[in-house]
Amino acid sequence: MSNARTQILDGIRRSLKRGPLDQAAARALEMRLERPLRGPVPARTRGLDRDGLVRLFERLALEVNATVVRVRDLDAVPDAVADFLAAHNLPADIAMAPDPLLDRVPWHKRPLLNLRRGRSHGQDAVGLSAAFAGIAETGTLMLASGVDSPSTLNFLPETHVVVLPAARVVGPIEDAWDRLRAAQPGEQLAGPTMPRTVNFITGPSRTGDIEQKILMGAHGPRRLHIVIVEDESAGPQP
Amino acid sequence: MNSPSSPSPRPRVGLFVTCLVDFFRPSVGFAAVSLLEAAGCTVEIPETQTCCGQPAYNSGDRADTKDLAKRTIALFEGFDYTVVPSGSCGGMIKEHYPELLRDEPDWARRARQLAARTYELVSFLHDVRGVRNVPVRYDGTVTYHDSCSGLRELGIKEQPRALLRSIPGLKLVELPSAEVCCGFGGTFCVKYPEISDKMVANKAADVIGTGADTLLAGDMGCLLNMAGKLKRLRIEEGARPVRVRHVAEVLAGMTDEPPIGEGQDKGRA
Amino acid sequence: MQPTSHRFKENVRGALADAALQRALRFFDFGQAGLAERRRQAVAKLPEFEALREQAKAIKDHTLANLDWYLERFEKNCTAAGGHVHWCRDAEEARQTVLDICRRVGARTVTKGKSMIGEEIAINDFLAANGIEPIETDLGEYIVQIRHEAPSHIIAPAIHLTKDQVAASFRDTHKQFDPARPLEEPRALLDEARGVLRQKFLEADVGITGANFLIAETGSSIIVTNEGNGDLTQLLPKAHIVLASLEKVVPTLEDAATILRVLARSATGQEMSVYTTFSTGPRRPGDLDGPGEYHVILLDNGRSQLLGTEFQEILRCIRCGACMNNCPVYASIGGHAYGWVYPGPMGAVLTPSLIGIENARHLPNASTFCGRCESVCPMKIPLPKLMRHYREQEYERRLAPATVRMGLAAWAFLARRPALYHSMARLAAGVLGRLGRRHGSFFNLPLATGWTATREMPAPQGKTFQAQWRARQRSKGRR
Repeated sequence: MSNARTQILDGIRRSLKRGPLDQAAARALEMRLERPLRGPVPARTRGLDRDGLVRLFERLALEVNATVVRVRDLDAVPDAVADFLAAHNLPADIAMAPDPLLDRVPWHKRPLLNLRRGRSHGQDAVGLSAAFAGIAETGTLMLASGVDSPSTLNFLPETHVVVLPAARVVGPIEDAWDRLRAAQPGEQLAGPTMPRTVNFITGPSRTGDIEQKILMGAHGPRRLHIVIVEDESAGPQP
Repeated sequence: MNSPSSPSPRPRVGLFVTCLVDFFRPSVGFAAVSLLEAAGCTVEIPETQTCCGQPAYNSGDRADTKDLAKRTIALFEGFDYTVVPSGSCGGMIKEHYPELLRDEPDWARRARQLAARTYELVSFLHDVRGVRNVPVRYDGTVTYHDSCSGLRELGIKEQPRALLRSIPGLKLVELPSAEVCCGFGGTFCVKYPEISDKMVANKAADVIGTGADTLLAGDMGCLLNMAGKLKRLRIEEGARPVRVRHVAEVLAGMTDEPPIGEGQDKGRA
Repeated sequence: MQPTSHRFKENVRGALADAALQRALRFFDFGQAGLAERRRQAVAKLPEFEALREQAKAIKDHTLANLDWYLERFEKNCTAAGGHVHWCRDAEEARQTVLDICRRVGARTVTKGKSMIGEEIAINDFLAANGIEPIETDLGEYIVQIRHEAPSHIIAPAIHLTKDQVAASFRDTHKQFDPARPLEEPRALLDEARGVLRQKFLEADVGITGANFLIAETGSSIIVTNEGNGDLTQLLPKAHIVLASLEKVVPTLEDAATILRVLARSATGQEMSVYTTFSTGPRRPGDLDGPGEYHVILLDNGRSQLLGTEFQEILRCIRCGACMNNCPVYASIGGHAYGWVYPGPMGAVLTPSLIGIENARHLPNASTFCGRCESVCPMKIPLPKLMRHYREQEYERRLAPATVRMGLAAWAFLARRPALYHSMARLAAGVLGRLGRRHGSFFNLPLATGWTATREMPAPQGKTFQAQWRARQRSKGRR
C-alpha cells in the first residue's frame, strides 16, 4: 500500500515535471489553507440586515418546497410544531436531538407531543433538530453532527422539523463556514475539529430519476418544516 | 443601404469564398459581393484561394492544415478585411489559425493579425459597416437556424435577425432549438451518417413546425444538410415544402436562382 | 464493465433502432423543460455565474498543479480525524481494498450511493463474485442494477428508460408484492422502491459512496445528492467507504463553496442540490450515530499520467452532466452507445484517456464540434479541442481507416494546388450541375451513400464561383 502511495505521488510529480514542492512553495499553499480565499460571492445577500437575510432565506426555502413558520420566541415553538403536525394529520411521535437549544423549549405546554431524545432507528414519524445555521443565499439549512446532534434525525423520519434561530441566519455559504470555524478551538476546521458530518439541506428529499418527473420524498424526508425563532436570545451558534 | 459609421472610406475587402459556396452555390458569392459593395467596400477575390483547411484540422491532420492556413494567410493578409460568407470557415481563420500556428512565432503573429481583421459576412455588414437595413423586399415567412461556429465561436445571433427584420414583406419566426446543431459537422456527416440523419431529422421537424416557408442560415454545410433532409421528407412523406437559402441571397435580393436543392422543374425530384 | 466503445457504430445503430430508448430520449427535447433548459434558467438567475466559472476553473488548475501536496494534506487531516486513506494505482487494487474492508467487518450486504468510480472499477460485480451483496440505493442506479444494465448518464442513470419499463422490472424483481398492484404512476414506483430500499439501508454492514470533492483543509469528503440515499448509505452501516479519484481534491471549504455554486445549477438547474454532505472521519466519542470506520479509496487509474499533457484539462471535470444534457449526439443515441462508463462529450475525452484511444477511437470522432458542451461546461473544459487532440493522435498513429486517410490526403493535395483544384472543381460542378439541373438534387450519389440514404444531395448550380467571377472580370477588362 505504501508502495502504491509512493508510486502515485512520484507519478504525479513526474507528470508535472518537478520533485516535491520546495519549502517556499509549500508555505504558500499552507497560507492558502490557513486564510481561505473567498471566490465571487453572489451579491444577492450583500447589504441585507438580519431581517432581510431571514426573509430571503424564507423565500428561497419555500421555493425548494420546504415549509416555513416564524415564531417570536422559544415559548412559541411547541405550538408551532404541534399545529404543523396536526395540520398535516401527522402523528406526534417525535425523535428529538438532545440539543441544549431544544431543551430550552417549554415542551410541556403541548403535552400531547410525544418526545423522545436521541437518534432515530427508523421508527419515528418525525425528526426534530436544531440548525447550526441557515444560509440565506439558497434557503439552505446547515446542521452539524455532534453528541447533541445525531444525523439520523435528518434522514430517517418522514418529516423533518428544524428549529432555526433567526440569529443563526447568515448570507453566503462562506459566512456559515466562518461561524463554524469560530465555534472551534483554534478557529480551524482540520480533521477532528471539523464536525464528523455537516449537512447542507435545501428542501425535502426528491428524485427525478423516472422520466425526469420531480417527486418529493425519495429516501429522505418527504416534508421539511423550518421553525424560525425571531427572539435574539434564542441565540447565535452554540 | 446606409452605412453611417464607416471606419475607413472605402476599405479593400478580400472575399474568402469558401469551397462549398464556390462549388455548390456561386450565387451566394455574388450576393456577398453585392452586399459588400453596397456597404462601401472594394471587393477582391484572390484567384488562388482554395480551402481554409478545416476538414483536415478536424480530422487530426495538423501538418496539411498548417500548409493550407499559411497559404490562406499569405493570400489575405494584405487586405483591410477578410470577409467569409460562413461562420464555420470564418471561425477557422479567426479562432483556430492562431492556435494552430502558436509554435511558429512569425506565423502566429501573422495569423493573429489576419484573425483580427477577418469577419463573417453578416456580422461584418452589421458590426463593422454599421448596416441596419437592406433595400430589398422578400415576401414570405422566414425562420433562421444559427450555425454552430458562427453562433458560439463568433457570437453571431442578433445581426442576421436585425437585418432580416428590416426587410419589407418578410416575417421572421423563431426556430425552436435554433442553437442546436443540424448534424452536418463536416466529415461527421460522412463518418456517422446515421447520427447525422437523426439530428437533421429533428431539425427538419422543428423547421416544418414553425410554419415558415423559407429557412435561412449563414453556412452552406448546414444548408445543404437541412435542404437535403427537408426535400427528402417532402418526396417520401409529403412534408410541407420549405425553401432553403443562404441568408446573403435574401439580404442581397438575389433570389432568382432556385432554392438550395430545388431544380428547374420546381416540383418533385 | 467490459468496454464496447470500439463497437460504437454498431451500438449507434442499435440505439437508433431502439424505439423505447428513443421514446425515453424525448426528454432531451432541448426546447422543453428538460435538464438543458432547467440549467439555462438557473444560470440566468445568477449574475455571478460566469465569474464563478472562471474561479472554479482557476481553483482546479491550481490544485492540479499542486496535486501531490494537496493529496498529502488531505490524507493528513483525514487520518487525524480517524479516517483511513488507501492509495490505489488501478481498479484491481481499489477492488481488493474494498473487499478486504468488507471482509474484515464481516459484511454480508453493502449499500451503495451513486459513484462513477464504482462503475469504473466495476465494484458491484466484484463484490457479488466474492459473496457480498451490493445494493444500489440511488433510485436510478437501483433501477439499472435490477435490470442488469449500466447507467446511461452520469447523473441520471436510468434516463434511457420509460416508466413502463421500470414498472415491468419492479414486477419481475419485487415478487413479494401483489402482482396486480397499480404501478402506472412514477409516484407508485418511487414509493415501492423506497419501502424496499429502506429495509436494505437498515440491514447493511458497509456503505459505499462516491465523492464529489475531497477537501485538503479539513480531510473531508463531500457528496451531493437529492434523494438522501447517500446519507443513509454512509450513516447507518458499521463502515463507510468513499470511492474517490485523485482529481477530486480541492484546497478549502471556500473553494468547495465556489464549485458547488456551479455544480447543481449546471447539473439539474437547482441552486443547490437537496443534500450536500461533508463527512470527516468516523463516529466521534459520544456521538449517537455515524459509521464506526471511515475509509477513503484514492484511485489513480491513469489520471496521474494525464497531468502535464494536453489532456490535463479533463481532470477539472466535476461530473455535472451538463455537456451530455446539451449534446445533440447524446440526445440522439443515449449513453450506452458510448460503450463504457462515461458517455457524452466528457466521456468522449475521458474514455480514451483511461482505456486508450485504440479502444475508443470513435468517441472523439463522433462529434460535430458544435461547441455546445464547451459553452455550458462549468469548468470551462475545451471539450472539442481535447477531442481534436485525440483525432490528431489517431491520425499520427495511423489508427484512422485507410479510406479516410487517403481521401483526406487526396483532398489536401488538391487544395495546395489552386490551378488543379479549380479545374477539378469546375469539371465536377459542371457535370453534377448538368445532371442535377432539372431536379435540383440527387436521390442517390455513389460516393455519398451515407448521406443520400436519408437525404437528398443538393446539386451544384453548375459553374463554380471562381470560373464565373474570372469570366466576368475578363469581360469587364474587354469593355
